[in-house]
Amino acid sequence: MNAPLRPETIHAPLSVTVTGARLTYGGVALFSDLTLHIEAGVTTCLLGPSGVGKTTLLRMVAGLAEPEPPTSILSGDGAPLRGRIAYMAQQDLLLPWLTVLDNVLLGARMRGERRTPALVERARALLERVGLAGREKDRPATLSGGQRQRVAIARTLMEDKPLVLMDEPFSALDALTRLRLQDVAADALAGRTVLMVTHDPLEALRIGHRVHVMTGRPATVGPALEPPGLPPRAVDDPALLALQAELLRRLAG
Amino acid sequence: MRILRALITLAVLLGVWQAIVLLTGVPRYILPAPLAVADALQRQAPLLIQHGTTTLIEILLGLGLGVALGSVSALTLASFRTARRWLMPVLVVSQAIPVFALAPLLVLWLGYGMASKIAMATLIIYFPVTTALFDGLRRTEAGWLDLARTMGASRRSVLWHIRLPAALPAFGSGVRVAAAVAPIGAVIGEWVGSSSGLGYLMLHANARMQIDLLFAALAVLGVFAVTLYAAVDALIRWALPWQPDSHPAQEKD
Repeated sequence: MNAPLRPETIHAPLSVTVTGARLTYGGVALFSDLTLHIEAGVTTCLLGPSGVGKTTLLRMVAGLAEPEPPTSILSGDGAPLRGRIAYMAQQDLLLPWLTVLDNVLLGARMRGERRTPALVERARALLERVGLAGREKDRPATLSGGQRQRVAIARTLMEDKPLVLMDEPFSALDALTRLRLQDVAADALAGRTVLMVTHDPLEALRIGHRVHVMTGRPATVGPALEPPGLPPRAVDDPALLALQAELLRRLAG
Repeated sequence: MRILRALITLAVLLGVWQAIVLLTGVPRYILPAPLAVADALQRQAPLLIQHGTTTLIEILLGLGLGVALGSVSALTLASFRTARRWLMPVLVVSQAIPVFALAPLLVLWLGYGMASKIAMATLIIYFPVTTALFDGLRRTEAGWLDLARTMGASRRSVLWHIRLPAALPAFGSGVRVAAAVAPIGAVIGEWVGSSSGLGYLMLHANARMQIDLLFAALAVLGVFAVTLYAAVDALIRWALPWQPDSHPAQEKD
């Protein structure tokens, strides 16, 4: 539908490996000696029930939570991850006093970078890509929940970072909007290294190249499940439904 | 419609007042009728304008100075941990001292002129403005701070682009309170010692049993207070169009 939008800088896809991850809460180990490999250039979904510690694991990778020793988070090229991630949360986190366009350009504003015409043009193109052309000057309050999350996707892509971290980005949306946004996200994030945390098996199967189940206490990360075909996969794909049953079984066990 | 309703209420109250005076025959040096007050307003207009100007200047300068000092204090407290630790207790304890008790001292130190009244108004405004803005600065949505961190924003940039704008609605409430109490500060200052101003005029009118003039001065002060509040309120709404509760007073009937 839209011409593919090349990132401004071409990053070599980045892989990340987490080993020996440990998290204790109130003296109880939520997980210890946990390993997770985030493969370069594909979307890895971490599926798990609430309270299993998956969000904290993602926050450790994002640098928002202090990793507990002996947790080690290593990027494929050995350089630190700091400044090389784009983060998207369950809430859209749009600033209500900024216009839609300014929200997309937030990263540049926060780093005090100059707002070049090229930058603005890219932001406009990203908004068009997520289906919000013409809404640049509107305030977030005038948008629906789904539209707001679309702006958040555009803002995440605007960051143009080698690693994208998403924490249940669509869980606050209604079912139909969620499916539409999964299509938008899968399309927009193709070719990037993505780690997405979710509790929705169907969501993981629709947009993940590799799906890990994280469950138990202390929690362990199971082997990667690689659904056939390219994301976004159709909801009514029989193979997907069979795999969903399998994932639900793994989640329960 | 709202203004019309307010005017009708006012007219009814004035009517009741006039009726009470007519029916009870209370002497005019105890309670003058509204018509007598209106007469005084008209007869003494030059005097009221002269003293009103003094009080208005005191109120406006006090408001400006109090808001400026309060903002700087709140920003300092929010930016520096050391300032918070050492100054917060001082600030809280200072509020235990009734500001009115300081009025004679201020007159002693700053003289009978405008300075002591401006200082009084500033002092009375300072605390609500400081606490309102400081509270607002502390209560920033945690997700926004996370997002800013992953974007590589500096502390200064976060304060300027996220925490401060997010605190503006709270700051606005503080400034509204300040606008309401500023006239009190100026008039108290004038009562304690002055040679000009509406407070001074009221004291003198009272001593000379010119109660109609006292009421006229009070009416002028009331108009100042209401106009100032309405102007500040309108200014805040205009400056913060994104604020969700922009029209809290709109009742459905």
